[in-house]
Amino acid sequence: MTRNGRNRTTSRGAALAASAIFVLAIAGPAAAQTALSPEQKAAEASSAWADLRPDLFGDRELVEGTDTIAIEAPKRATDPAIVPVTLSFDPKMDVRKVTLVIDENPSPVAATFEFAQGADIRTLSTRVRVNAYTDIHAVAETADGKLFVTKTFVKAAGGCAAPAAKDPEVAAKEMGKMKMRQFDADGASVHEAQLMIRHPNNSGLQKDQVTLLYIPAHFVTDLQVDKGGRPLFTMTGGISISEDPSFRFAYGADAAGPFHAKASDTEGKVFEKTFTGEQS
Amino acid sequence: MQMHHRGSCFESCGQAVRAPCVPAATGLDDERRDATRLPPGTREKDVKRARARGAACLAIAAMAILGVWPAGKSAAAASAFEEIAAGVYVRHGLVAEETPANQGAIANIGFVVGEDAVAMIDSGGSVADGEAALEAIRRVTDKPVRFLINTHMHPDHVFGNQVFDAVGATIVGHRRLPAALAARAEFYQQSMATQIGPDLAAEVSITLPDETVEGERRIDLGGRTLVVKAWQTAHTDNDLTVYDEETKTLFAGDLVFMDHCPVLDGSLKGWLAQIPDLMAIPAERVVPGHGPVSAPWPEALEPERRYLETLAADIRRAIAAGIPLAEAVPDAAAGESQEWQLFADYNPRNATAAYAELEWE
Repeated sequence: MTRNGRNRTTSRGAALAASAIFVLAIAGPAAAQTALSPEQKAAEASSAWADLRPDLFGDRELVEGTDTIAIEAPKRATDPAIVPVTLSFDPKMDVRKVTLVIDENPSPVAATFEFAQGADIRTLSTRVRVNAYTDIHAVAETADGKLFVTKTFVKAAGGCAAPAAKDPEVAAKEMGKMKMRQFDADGASVHEAQLMIRHPNNSGLQKDQVTLLYIPAHFVTDLQVDKGGRPLFTMTGGISISEDPSFRFAYGADAAGPFHAKASDTEGKVFEKTFTGEQS
Repeated sequence: MQMHHRGSCFESCGQAVRAPCVPAATGLDDERRDATRLPPGTREKDVKRARARGAACLAIAAMAILGVWPAGKSAAAASAFEEIAAGVYVRHGLVAEETPANQGAIANIGFVVGEDAVAMIDSGGSVADGEAALEAIRRVTDKPVRFLINTHMHPDHVFGNQVFDAVGATIVGHRRLPAALAARAEFYQQSMATQIGPDLAAEVSITLPDETVEGERRIDLGGRTLVVKAWQTAHTDNDLTVYDEETKTLFAGDLVFMDHCPVLDGSLKGWLAQIPDLMAIPAERVVPGHGPVSAPWPEALEPERRYLETLAADIRRAIAAGIPLAEAVPDAAAGESQEWQLFADYNPRNATAAYAELEWE
């Protein structure tokens, strides 16, 4: 039986853990609460955002309720360690930067993406760990410096503390392997591709109970994706990106030539590959 | 609930700071790590002290067996063991999620009685579940319980380990069980508190194996031999089977699911690849990890094989067609939905894991 504590966050232990995260992560005021119901936790999630927002964006205006950015994630995660999130952008708005925030996670900023001028990124999907019932916010910054926000609520629990690898021996052997799939329909003006990187993306939140030490965090911190020598996007990531990071993206840029990806991790390892002649 | 290693009967890490989720985007909180580190040189001493307290636990357990055992729930549970073959007893696990009311007794657990000794196979989903099993053994025989064999790491199979540790059983597991269980201990502690309840969960000292198996090991109980086999990654990365040559009974652990939707927490490809080797075991009957206490072998494996093959085929088709994970999961193995209990609880999760595994083919 697998016991990843899915959808179960009502216990005192989980609530305490969530409160501890809250204190440690952002020193929020609601930390003393215990034994929260999912509804109360949802309410707390919004208060987490109230503190995160000024930390991340100061007093800049965040415009709500536009089509500039949209977010999609399952209401209830099937696996809290692999929660798919899809962001889509209004091509007219020239979005150049996106911040993905999982409010209740120990390290709320999951990733920041910067889109190159002319890359024309239309959608971007990745998979994240979710540690508690939480809002996920996405904030887009357009070329003219305006900020647009959207959010969705996800029911999941335990994704950060869950051990990364189902088979650690295979994970160690395969680390750094990269794969690029392309999904282009004939003659389409928008192209679609998926970059996959073999990496444990360890959260550092699991304790080895024999040595009593936390297993060190080990994750991909930086990623750059180019096509035909022109940059498409970069990512700065944290522990909330799932094991074997995956980025599927649709883009309008008409760059000929091969994809190239370069990733580096917390141990200073660099993984780099040019995908010549690879079609899915 | 505390962690517990090789023979101690109390927590060895009670001073550990419990903080499952420290902010870690910029690396680990070093101060916190230092707080959890034992001073150099104390470990061996602690283990010896643990051994001494283990002996005390044994005495307490012996007293309990001699007549102070609480009647009621556990007594009823003890009588639930059924002799499925000569000297082979199995308790049917409910096909259900774990709850405080069922005390985590959801896996099929059993014991085999030899001329000299008894081997318990899996210890149940709580201390109470393990105690009921020990009481059932004592109703059948007063021979020593020399071995407890863990078929894999999941809480419904190992949360009663300390009960058998306390009566001197040698705990045997897969060579990868210690690392797998240790990595999940804190996480199981959190998740199980919400399932069997905080009270039952708090009683559990997660207890690692004393001895591990790589390949095969033969265990002599006097007049009958158990063949313990360690498998490659399948249901988990630490699956063991136990074969009683005397009665041709195979304890398959969760390598075989019946009725209960199979659960994938290892490798779908690995599981499917080893099914022919599993089927080649010359057993007459199997005790699946979940489902009936006994079923004809190898026919019992067919429904699970069909499910795993269907899941793999559906997910491979979705990946080939470029369908993203989120869209592929709801339809995967949909044709199997009427064939299994708890399908909605486990199939979406299996499909997610299968997708993440198979997209690297």
